[in-house]
Amino acid sequence: MSARALINVPRKAKRGEVIEIKTLISHIMETGFRHGTTGELIPRDIITSFTCKYNGEEIFATQLYPAIAANPFVTFHTVATESGTLAFHWIGDNGFEMTEEAKIAVE
Amino acid sequence: MYRLIITRREVLKTSGAIALGAALPGQANALGQMETAIRRVIGEAEIRKGKVTLDLPPLVENGNTVPLTVIVDSPMTKADHVKAIHVFNEKNPQPNVVSMQLGPRAGKAHVSTRVRLAGTQTLTAIAEMSDGTYWSDSQEVIVTLAACLEDLI
Amino acid sequence: MSTLALAEIPLDQRRSGYEQLSTASKAMQDDDTSNPGTLTVLDGEALWGRKVGDTGKSCADCHGDATTSMRGVSARYPAFSPAKGRPIDIEQRINLCRTEHQKAAPLAHESRDLLTLTTFVGKQSRGMPVAVVNDEKTRPFIEAGQRSYRARQGQLNLSCQNCHDDHWGEKLAGVPLVQGHPNGYPLYRLEWQSIGSLQRRLRNCLIGMRAEPYAYGAEEYVALELFLMWRARGMTVETPAVRP
Repeated sequence: MSARALINVPRKAKRGEVIEIKTLISHIMETGFRHGTTGELIPRDIITSFTCKYNGEEIFATQLYPAIAANPFVTFHTVATESGTLAFHWIGDNGFEMTEEAKIAVE
Repeated sequence: MYRLIITRREVLKTSGAIALGAALPGQANALGQMETAIRRVIGEAEIRKGKVTLDLPPLVENGNTVPLTVIVDSPMTKADHVKAIHVFNEKNPQPNVVSMQLGPRAGKAHVSTRVRLAGTQTLTAIAEMSDGTYWSDSQEVIVTLAACLEDLI
Repeated sequence: MSTLALAEIPLDQRRSGYEQLSTASKAMQDDDTSNPGTLTVLDGEALWGRKVGDTGKSCADCHGDATTSMRGVSARYPAFSPAKGRPIDIEQRINLCRTEHQKAAPLAHESRDLLTLTTFVGKQSRGMPVAVVNDEKTRPFIEAGQRSYRARQGQLNLSCQNCHDDHWGEKLAGVPLVQGHPNGYPLYRLEWQSIGSLQRRLRNCLIGMRAEPYAYGAEEYVALELFLMWRARGMTVETPAVRP
């Protein structure tokens, strides 16, 4: 069963309004600095990058490091310019990749 | 250790530049590492205090999940906006926390996330503006251990 | 009944651990899209419909839509099982369903799938009052749980009561002491950075007190869980809660 991501985007907005987008994704964010019960180093396994595109144009990007807590929660703002699709993309260690989409209606 | 933190903050406030001050043995690595990481990200530019507000709880509930917000005072227009926000820490094994790229489409330079802190320490947020200037804010955060720790399951 | 009333926090002075959370953690719990427990609930929706075992049945095949069939169920667990002759908690109830009705292997304690189901089922009681039954069948177990709660144990010679009845609201190593109600479980504990069960939290406490924790699934835990739920009767279920 795979991890899921939660996106909070207002369904509707007025043109020019600044909206807040909240994102939450399930991921262990193993730092690579912890040791197991027999002293072995637990290898790093984190999400390294997250981007958001608004109708194909990148409006936000972030690079994550082991200091980001498990189940990364990232919020940011954007101007509601037009109706369409917000596309969210996460990439991480060990080939991790996740995408989610949210639609917004802008009047 | 406490004296060293004050010294560094005063250097940030007064001269507006990060200087590698005289470090006590044992502290040199932590501070030096953060300074190096900052310089690796932003180069040799001068860093000024102001415009940026780094918001963290002064005493955290739990160092494993600490809410962090960065707000930068900027009109976020094409001519004048925040290009990027970088956050650094001094005591975790790695000095980078997060880097975010914004732009005029953001509307507001107001971002937040949740971070892990290995112990009481100071965090620094640096904003890179469209006119090439850099601005920063720092905050010290007190981190205690949970009262009842468990084995690894 | 009188032994149960002794040294209890007066009913109107009971407070959920929620009230001692920071503003940020309260916001984390209240907003479904920022509560990591919601991710587990979403996984639960999927797992509820998955066909398993020799019968190839899913939970949904018998129970239908969980939002109606499971409404209020967790709020009254642990509950007396006539088949077992003793109370069982929700984890054991789910495993009974798996072994007897789905003919599937029971899920291990604290396994991802078991936590997913208990969180999903627990969420269907959110907002409802804790409502375990105290009758002639369950009373001996509630009293056993109360004895556990009040017994000093471990190297520190502490009882649950010492902290959670006598000193709640004060601080232990800089952290505010809660009354220790189970109304939010399974919950997302910041210390664990994951969702976890009431048993996991009780084990943390026992280890923290330098006492020997019982094995997962021990009857002592069920009696203690039942007592704690009785102690929290009428309080609001917050599953999945957020706690430090």
